[in-house]
Amino acid sequence: MYKILKKRDLNESNVLMEIEAPRVVKKALPGQFVILRVDENGERIPLTIAGVDHETGGVRVIFQKVGYSTTLLGEKNEGDYICDFAGPLGKPTDFEDFKKVIVVGGGLGCAIAYPIAKALFDKGVEVDLVVGFKTKDLIILEDEMKEAATRLHIMTDDGSYGKKGFTTDGLDAVLAEDPNYDAVFVFGPPIMMKFIAQVTKKYGVKTIVSMNPIMIDGTGMCGGCRITVGGETKFACVDGPDFDGHLVDWDEFMRRSAMYKEQEAEAMAKHKCRMEGMS
Amino acid sequence: MAERNMSPNKTPIPEQDPQVRNKNFDEVALGYTEEMAVSEAARCLQCKNRPCVAGCPVNVQIPEFINLIANRDFAGAYKKIKETNSLPAVCGRVCPQETQCEAKCIRGIKGDSVGIGRLERFAADWAMKNLDEKAEMPKRNGHKVAVLGAGPAGLTCAGDLAMLGYDVTIFEAFHKGGGVLVYGIPEFRLPKAIVQAEIDKLGEIGVKLETNILAGKVISIPELFEEEGFDAIFIGTGAGLPMFMHIPGENYNGVFSANEYLTRTNLMKAYSEEAATPMIRFKKVAVVGGGNVAMDSARCAQRLGADTVYIVYRRSMEEMPARQEEVHHAIEEGIVFNILTNPTQIIGDDKGYVKGIECIKMELGEPDASGRRRPIPIEGSEFVLDVDAVIMALGTNPNPIISDNTPDLEVNKKGCILADEETGATSIPGVFAGGDIVTGAATVILAMGAGKVAATAIDKYIQEKK
Repeated sequence: MYKILKKRDLNESNVLMEIEAPRVVKKALPGQFVILRVDENGERIPLTIAGVDHETGGVRVIFQKVGYSTTLLGEKNEGDYICDFAGPLGKPTDFEDFKKVIVVGGGLGCAIAYPIAKALFDKGVEVDLVVGFKTKDLIILEDEMKEAATRLHIMTDDGSYGKKGFTTDGLDAVLAEDPNYDAVFVFGPPIMMKFIAQVTKKYGVKTIVSMNPIMIDGTGMCGGCRITVGGETKFACVDGPDFDGHLVDWDEFMRRSAMYKEQEAEAMAKHKCRMEGMS
Repeated sequence: MAERNMSPNKTPIPEQDPQVRNKNFDEVALGYTEEMAVSEAARCLQCKNRPCVAGCPVNVQIPEFINLIANRDFAGAYKKIKETNSLPAVCGRVCPQETQCEAKCIRGIKGDSVGIGRLERFAADWAMKNLDEKAEMPKRNGHKVAVLGAGPAGLTCAGDLAMLGYDVTIFEAFHKGGGVLVYGIPEFRLPKAIVQAEIDKLGEIGVKLETNILAGKVISIPELFEEEGFDAIFIGTGAGLPMFMHIPGENYNGVFSANEYLTRTNLMKAYSEEAATPMIRFKKVAVVGGGNVAMDSARCAQRLGADTVYIVYRRSMEEMPARQEEVHHAIEEGIVFNILTNPTQIIGDDKGYVKGIECIKMELGEPDASGRRRPIPIEGSEFVLDVDAVIMALGTNPNPIISDNTPDLEVNKKGCILADEETGATSIPGVFAGGDIVTGAATVILAMGAGKVAATAIDKYIQEKK
């Protein structure tokens, strides 16, 4: 059993948790992920590591209460336990010897964009952090992100905070001014990553995307997480999760990500029914 | 001693009716009653030269335990098996006895061999139901051994070492121990409660199981020695990487590796209402391959509500690597066999879900390197099977996580760890390996045999080092 050391609601649907897993803390590097199960009947859900606390032995994850299992996790509180927590999995992000980069985060993707930006920034890399949210109320980690970048560009879809527009607009503006960046790192929903990759292609800037497909074991065993990169099939769990955004077959990726949509909606409806029945 | 039973036929084992069982996940074979077991045991001739024992990778004292059953000493029979086999209830169900112990049985020359597997299962099940004594904790010798992977090889090695007094910790990547016994082999062939009971018994003799630990990544081999104080390490991490055909359409929604399909179904219990792991209830399923894993996948698909399940296999029935019993069960349950047929592409609909699989007819030519006749495509014989799911059961490769993270560990071209056949010793002193990670995908019992060999060698290694 793994103890929830800390829980913080970042907004209505996004939750930050620190879960006690000292073995994971010891080895975790930016870009890697964990797989957890909430309870005995739970499914294995992959979440990217959003940070670690070497003192408490806690691993930070940030998730959106969007499906049945994440909703269940979100109902847990500090001091509660979850059943399983395994990691670190996947390859760490390769920072090569970049000097000047852009990190893009969309919505919940900022949970990962932030620690990556911070790791680079702390190494002395010049970092532009371009983040986007639907609206002002959904902004997360603003204070933290300010400390993790040379320049922070906040975008909102409705213009309620920062500049109005999508992350693609924000990125395009940065690159239009100066296309001489070594790399762009992208964290966010698949559709956003697809369009970001189109923008960076226009400017010819290397683009690294963090893929988060459906998976079970996270060790290369099931092959459920396969994606096509440059015409070749890759397993995101062991070959990734980072890939060249210009080579990913985005349409296939989005199709595969939606594979269990109906089943997930059913499970969610059942859960809501039970919860309402209880109250 | 009961009178010898000279019937040429094996006592049949009661089974669930095929048309009932193909809709549930309960065990297919129900097991012998005491009377059936005693009667079958009386078929054993108690040969002096014991050819059956030579056919057993873990050296079960077969005539002895059968004699105890014939004399109704069921507890004694169980203990006799346990002397050399740490997982009798598992082996009695999933060992390919027909190519091992039973293949060597003298009774098999004229008629059926003695039902050794069925008797082993009987003894183990009888003990589970009737014996309540906890195993005695062996006296500790003060040495620690780490076992990586809680599959058949690891469990056997851990059990044998614990009996010798070692303080054994098994590190398992999944959230549950058992390896292929829990993620791969379906409930209806090997109930998970039985696997768990065998693992619990290891706990009684002091074996510790740490789950959610991906060895090689979370803890390295040097760290196990230097930081955690282990005296030796056994690697039994198996052959977990699924193979695909690399034909067009393999990434459509509804194409699975058998590993994924079976893991969802078995380990994650997607067949039950309570489990959160989703599974689409496909109506027409094609399973590609002819091994036991293909049979398991097909029979799971049928039980999950498919109307039609096809096996698509490129050679003929004769070359099929699955156990005869499994093929027979699959046919009884209504699985349709498309033999001499090979997929050429998978066809998807406009939303990217599978809607068919295009295959080509094959004919057999001259024998190939495996000694089996090589299948050759018949030009122009392509046809389409309408299906909404395809399961690829083509075999697996060794898991590279430990070898990738352990540069000194020597592997062959296929990624199998190089280990001495007699001892399991690898290129790193104190590190031993066995099971599928060494041989490539093979059987449960061969992995258990390797775990056993390594346990003996690890004991010798540690005792000599002192």
